[in-house]
Parts: sequence; structure tokens; C-alpha cells
Amino acid sequence: MRLPVFYFRILVVIALTNNILLVDQLKKHFFTYQGIVKAVDGINFFIKEGETFGLVGESGSGKSTVAYTVVGMYRPTKGKIIYQGDKDISQDSRKRPLALKKEIQIVFQDPGTSLNPSMTIKDILELPLKVHNIGKNHEGRINKVKELLEMVQLPMSYIYKYPSMIGGGEKQMVAIARALATNPSLVLLDEPTSALDVSVQAKLINMLIQFQKEFNLSYLFITHDLSLMRNVASRVAIMYLGKLCEIAPSSEFFKNPLHPYTQMLLSSIPVISDEEEALKPKKIISTGEIPSPVNIPPGCSFHFRCPKKMDICSREDPIITEINEGHTVRCHLYTK
Amino acid sequence: MSKPLLEIKNLHVWFKVFGGILKVLDGVNFTVRSGEKVGLVGEAGCGKTTTMKAIMRLLSMPPAIIPKGEILFKGKDILRMNQAELQQIRKEKISMIFQDPTAALNPVFTIGTQIQDAVRFSERSGRKMKKDEIKARAIQVLKEVSLPDQERVLQNYPIQLSGGMRQRVCISMALVSASELIIGDEPGTSLDVTIKDQILKLLKELAKKHDTSIILISHALGTVKNMTDKVYVMYAGAMVELAKTKELFAHPLHPYSQGLLAAIPRLTGGGIGEGIDGHIPEYINPPKGCRFHPRCKQAMPICKDKKPPFFKVSENHEVACFLFQNFGGDCIDK
Amino acid sequence: MQKKSPTQERLSRRWENIRRNWYKFSRNSLSIIGLVVICIILFFAIFAPFVSPYPESAGKFINFYEASQPPNFTHLCGTDAFGRDILTRIFFGCRYSLMMGVTVLLLIVPVGVVLGLIAGYHRGKWLDIVIMRITDIFIAVPPLILALAVCSVLTPSIFHAMLAISIAWWPWYTRLLYGIVSSLKDEFFVHSAEVTGAGKMHILFREILLNCISPILTKMSLDMGWIILIGASLSFVGLGAQPPTPDLGSMVADGSKYLPDQWWISVFPAFAIMLIVLSFNLFGDGIRDTLGVERG
Repeated sequence: MRLPVFYFRILVVIALTNNILLVDQLKKHFFTYQGIVKAVDGINFFIKEGETFGLVGESGSGKSTVAYTVVGMYRPTKGKIIYQGDKDISQDSRKRPLALKKEIQIVFQDPGTSLNPSMTIKDILELPLKVHNIGKNHEGRINKVKELLEMVQLPMSYIYKYPSMIGGGEKQMVAIARALATNPSLVLLDEPTSALDVSVQAKLINMLIQFQKEFNLSYLFITHDLSLMRNVASRVAIMYLGKLCEIAPSSEFFKNPLHPYTQMLLSSIPVISDEEEALKPKKIISTGEIPSPVNIPPGCSFHFRCPKKMDICSREDPIITEINEGHTVRCHLYTK
Repeated sequence: MSKPLLEIKNLHVWFKVFGGILKVLDGVNFTVRSGEKVGLVGEAGCGKTTTMKAIMRLLSMPPAIIPKGEILFKGKDILRMNQAELQQIRKEKISMIFQDPTAALNPVFTIGTQIQDAVRFSERSGRKMKKDEIKARAIQVLKEVSLPDQERVLQNYPIQLSGGMRQRVCISMALVSASELIIGDEPGTSLDVTIKDQILKLLKELAKKHDTSIILISHALGTVKNMTDKVYVMYAGAMVELAKTKELFAHPLHPYSQGLLAAIPRLTGGGIGEGIDGHIPEYINPPKGCRFHPRCKQAMPICKDKKPPFFKVSENHEVACFLFQNFGGDCIDK
Repeated sequence: MQKKSPTQERLSRRWENIRRNWYKFSRNSLSIIGLVVICIILFFAIFAPFVSPYPESAGKFINFYEASQPPNFTHLCGTDAFGRDILTRIFFGCRYSLMMGVTVLLLIVPVGVVLGLIAGYHRGKWLDIVIMRITDIFIAVPPLILALAVCSVLTPSIFHAMLAISIAWWPWYTRLLYGIVSSLKDEFFVHSAEVTGAGKMHILFREILLNCISPILTKMSLDMGWIILIGASLSFVGLGAQPPTPDLGSMVADGSKYLPDQWWISVFPAFAIMLIVLSFNLFGDGIRDTLGVERG
């Protein structure tokens, strides 16, 4: 019963756009002794080739889990992930073919733990080259490593340094160089600049944007910083407790946020100028705590904190409705 | 002008390490008045946490060395106090809220035990408080930080609470002992944006209610904007700019502050700024003169030789930069 | 600065690392004392035939004219019932003790570490269960008892003593590695290598093992003392080196018959054992403080 609908959707989507990634009803549940943690509970989205797709959410929203599942660290509990229209990658990385592993790469949030502290920068950058046989021999690989360091504007002397000897921003640049070493097409960026200062963040983001143009990369960009998202992503999706609340093109998302959680998040970001202050939704202030993912509230998972809650919200989970072109929202306020 | 509550004068802090001496703090000047909320902004490695640890005398003395400088609390130098006086300051006057509430709470004791310990140690007259008195005070202070269900919280262990609740517990512990000054080292950095917003608003309310001064340290300018009366900008171990908050955001003068503000992504769109070229200097061999000059696009020959003093550009605004040397020099906020 | 070749560059970094570690190590004077004493013991052990006053005392030797002399200027630690110089026998005894420690470690460290790596990485799966339950069985028996049991089955000799101690001691390394690897395998750099497609061997022996070196080295230096002590205990009950081989433990045992009158026959070898164990402990503490902090 589900199968024909699924394939029909796929054909339609392929026919209309050039999608590098399609995620369909993705679920990832963890079984712990405290109960089932529904980290990701039914997500649908697609990423067009060459675009930056933004994923926003707070802790417990499941955004990192989505990235880890797409890259193959976790195996999906249910649902499908389709790469480049025809390659089904709904398994973990051990079962994926090697050729596919170099197409999708990830940059992790914390540069301190994503680089092996006991390996030199050269070893770290050489590993993907060795695995995928890039650069025919040792010398070829060293040259490629030097090329990569030059690309991220780090000095050659860093080759023999250990991660503990360089700063956080530079570590993150090494992580990006490592991700780009295999010439991927899709790069997942899990909060790449959250641990960094503002001036380093600016440098890194500009570099990422430049690489995107140069190498025609597609990005899945995850962050909790909405101001950053505004300037980086072309489409933005917001998650809460494992489900998507709203997806919209960037400008639409910020000018006309529909979901109450989006409005709450927007109203709490610290901004520094008055024009930005004017852009923030006024009447919604943040209240309440984020529930633990083991205890997801019934009905709409946001209803305990929602200032516009209605009766139906505590009973039924809303379905996704499309409001405008590309702008979908999951809220009872908008379902007919 | 009211007398300053806390005054740091020309503080130098060095660390002895393998390759030599790290000259981290290079003449820090910092003033907080009674009831004032002061922000301290600087990026990673600029020395803000070192400064705050120096105030509370939490630095381990080897390898840290303090060759010069004073930290005056109500006129008395903290660096030269004996243990008894220092204890008294920590018990009753100054308190610190750390960045990571999970690390600041002891995981093997209940919240109740920890708050009650704080209450017991903060008792001024030195008399022993009765058990129910202590408990009542603990509940009262939890109410003040808007934690619901106080009895249950007292029995919980830190791991059973969420990050936001842990931070509120830390704030309540700070309230118990501090009456005059709270130092917040990036409170809310490890929390989500919505929770961080609530925590900062709470802190502001409480400071107003108890007439406590606050020093708010952050690496993000956005955090200090709505919370503080005046802001210091710190770079590589020295203060480079001091201004009333509104003034700093409207007219940043020091090239570093300008670079920082330009690099912040705006909600209105328009792309990301350039960032600042270069990186913070190595403290083992810091640049002579102004420590920012290697990265400064407007550097002049004098910047390489002499360290700029504070120039008073207006009543509310002082900059340590030779671009402004035509204004009155050598003025530290008195 | 002239350009260095990659090998030179790597060597100069290694040298700098060594100097930095020495700086950290030397902060603690107790560790320096441990190191110095170890060096002295090593010197006397290695050069025993050349520096000992009466080298013939180490083997079959009888000289009743000089028997049972208390410590004096000709025999600094006195002589035993056969007239053999005790100081010389202590030097030779140190040789055997140190050799025992090194051999046992060379046997058990590779075995224990590899098993621990495999078990820790496959935590929760059957490999883990099998390996760790076997380890638990061996650990459940106190090391000395297990060594005694093995030794009494085989003919007593120094080699069988080493074998017995190895059987008793290897599980501790497995357990050490199991704990470290179980937490390391979830680190992001390991995940990064996995999703890039690196093979298991690389992940186990390059990514993970490299980060375990400092706890392993620390344990090895602390274990030297323990292994020597157990070896001495085995010899004390007659299950280790056989006469006339000078072994510290059997020297203590032999001398115990003559206590308290001819106290020097037991006390000096016992003191030597204590010195060896203590110095390795101090050195091991220093290693732990030097290498351990870096990972933080």
C-alpha cells in the first residue's frame, strides 16, 4: 500500500528537480533502559543540487541524529534515504559501497574531539586519501595534503603538528579540509562554528561559501544560530523533538514565520542592531523547558510550551500542510 | 561618582611553562561600581577567564605569577589578603557562576546537600543554623530562580535536571553567598538559545532586586547588549575599549571592536562580514607595543613601539588606540 | 631557518616532545629519585660481573673461613653460611629480578592489549562477552595463588616462574584496555575514520591504540615492581630460581633460618627488593603524571 505512493513521489520529485538527497519518512529510535528515545520521528525533506539546506533546532530536536544517519553512523530504524535520485543509502556505513563513502562527508561540531589527538595533521588528512586511493603513491599523497592545507589557508608547517598545538578555528579548518579531500558532492556540517569565536566563524563561513561555488557542493547546514542561518542557507527547516515544524525558503522563513516554535526561537536570539530587533516577533516570549526525548508529550509535542495552544493540540499530532510555494508547516492553526 | 566596588589596577599575570613565560595579562584595568552591570567581551584566549580567576584568587600560584598589579575590593587589595579575609570575601561578598553548570555541581551529592552547604557557609555571624532554617532558606532561594517544585529539586541529583535547571541552581547558590558582586563567566553558553534567554533575563531581574553588581563575561557581543550598562572589550590580555553599552554598539571605535561587530551575522541578511585577518598572538613572545597591531589595517609606526594608553573620547567612551591620541590621554575609568 | 627534510622535521618534533615531557617529569622530585635509583640498579645489574667485589660468590662457591661474617669493610653486606659475599649475590639477584620483570611484560602486554582492544571495540557483542568472561575467570584467582598453582604443577625453575606470573597477570591489561577502548570507540574521530571507509585494523591500531599508550606505559612501570615482588615471593617458597642461582627471594628465604642473629643474610636482600619496587613505583607515578595530563 505504501510502495506505489512512495515510488510515485520519487518519480515526481526526480522529474521536477535535481535532488542530491531525498529523505523520506526517516525514523531513528534508540532503545535505552529508560524507554525508547525517538530521536528522529518521521522526517521528510530533500536537498537540491548545489544548494545549502539549513536545519535548525535546539537540544533534543534530533538534528544531529539526522546528519549522523545520512552519513552512515547510524542505521535508520525506518524510512529511506535516497542519494542522487537512484542510490538507496538507508544503511549504515559498513554496508555502503566504498565509492559512495567518498561522496558524502561530514564535519563535526567539536573540533577538539573530531581530530585524533595522537595523530599529526598529515596523518589525519592522509587517511581519506589512502582509503580511496587518491594520489598514486606516498609523494602524491603528501602533495595533495599540502594542496588541502593551502586551500584552507593554513601554513605548511602544520603538517607535523598535533591537534593540541593549534587553535579551535584552525582545527575546524583541518576538519573541513579532511572532508573535502575525497572530492565529495554532499557535505553535512553539524554546527561547524558553534564552538568558535565570531571572527573565526566569519572566516570559516566565507571559506565554505567559496568552496561551494568552486566545487559545486551541496550542504546540509545544521546550527542553532538563526542569524547565521539567515546568511548561509537558501532553505531552512526547523525541528522540535524529532519532528519537522516548518520548512520554508530562507527569506520567507524569517519574514513570515508561521509555527509558534519558530516564532519563539526567533524572539529569543540576541541581536545587536535595532533593525534586527524590529524583525523579531514581539508577542511570543520563551517559556518552559524542552522535555526529555524519552517523555515526548502526546499530540503535538510542542503543546505544553505553546502560547497558541488549542484543545486539539493535546490529542492529535498535526499533519504537514503546504501554505505557499515551498513553505510547509506542521501546526493545527493552519490545517483546514 | 560613587566609589568603585571592585577595581583592578594594572594587573599583570604570567604563567611559567615549558618554553618560557606566557605573559598573558598585560596591564588590565577594570572597574565596577555598586549596583552596576558590566560586560566583558573578548574572544577565546584573550585572558578574560584568567582575570576573573585572579579576582577570586583561583589561579594556582605556580605556574601563575602576578608580578605587578592590584585588585581592590572596597579599597582593600585581594591579592594581599590573608586566608581569613579571603574566606570572608568568598563567603559573603563575591561569587562566581561558571560556564558549564554540569561541571560546577558535584555529581555525587544531591542539590539539597549542595545548596544547604552553601547556606551554612554563608552564615554571617558564624553561629550554627538549625536544620529547618537552612532548608527554608534553600527553598526560598530556589523559588527566587523560578524553579518549580522546590522540594523535589532538593532531593534530585544534578544529572536528573536539565541544563537550564542546573544553571538556575548554580545561580541560586551564588545568590546565597554573594551580596555585592556576582561574576558570571559565560552563563548560558552551553545552553539552548531559548533557555539562555530566560537565564539572562532572570539574572538581570535578580541583580536589580538585590542591588548586586554583575560582571558578565562573554565572547558574544549579542549576549551583553541587553544586560549591561557598560562594556569592556578585551584583546590579548589588555582592555582595548570601554564604553556605555548603547554607545559601543552604535559607534565602535577600536579597530578590533569594529572588526568584531562587522563579523556578526545579521538577522536582516546581507552576507557574513570578513572576519579579522590573523590570529591572537602567542603569549610567549607577544608583539611589542599594541598587541593588536599585526592584525590592524590601520596600524601606524607608533603602534609597533608603544603600548597605547586609554584615551577619553567622550564622557562614556574610552579607547586604547593611537588613532585617538589627540584626545585626553592616560585616563582610566575613575 | 633552512628548510628541513620531512624526516629531519619529524625527528626534531620528536626531540621537542621528549624535552617537553622531561620538563613535566622533572617537576616532581620523587619521580626523579625513582629514576635515579632505577638507573643505579640497572647499572649494577648489567655490569654485575665486572663491578661486584667477589664475582665467584654468584655461583657454586664455598669458603667456610669467611662464612657468616657480619657487615664489615671487606664484605659490605656480610657473608652467608657458605661464605658467599652477599653484596655480590644481590647484584646478580637484581639481574634475575629485572630480567623476570621485562620478560613477563614482553609476554603479557601484546596479548592483553590486543584482546582488550578487540573486546572493547566490539562491546556488547559476543566477542566482547567471550573475551571478558575468560578474563574474569583469570582475575578471580589472586595472582600469587595462581602463580603458585602453575609453578607447583611444573618443575620449579625461573622460566616456569615467569610463565606462571604471565598467566596470572595478563588479564589486567585486557581489562585496562577494555575500559579505555569502550569509551574511545564512540569518539568523533573514530566515527570520522569509519565513515570515510577506513578498515578495522587501521581503526584499532592507529586511531584507538595510539591514544592508549600513556595508561599502558604507566601500568607497565608500576607493574615491574609488582612482578618482581611476586617473583621474589615464588622464590621465597622455593618455586622460582633454584640454588645456587642468586635470587633475591630465595636469599631472603635462606637467611630467615638464621634470624635474628645473622640478620644481614635476609635483611639486605629484602631491602634490595624494597628498593627496586619502590623506585619503579615512584617512576611509574611520574610517568602517569607526565603523560596522563596531556590527554585532558
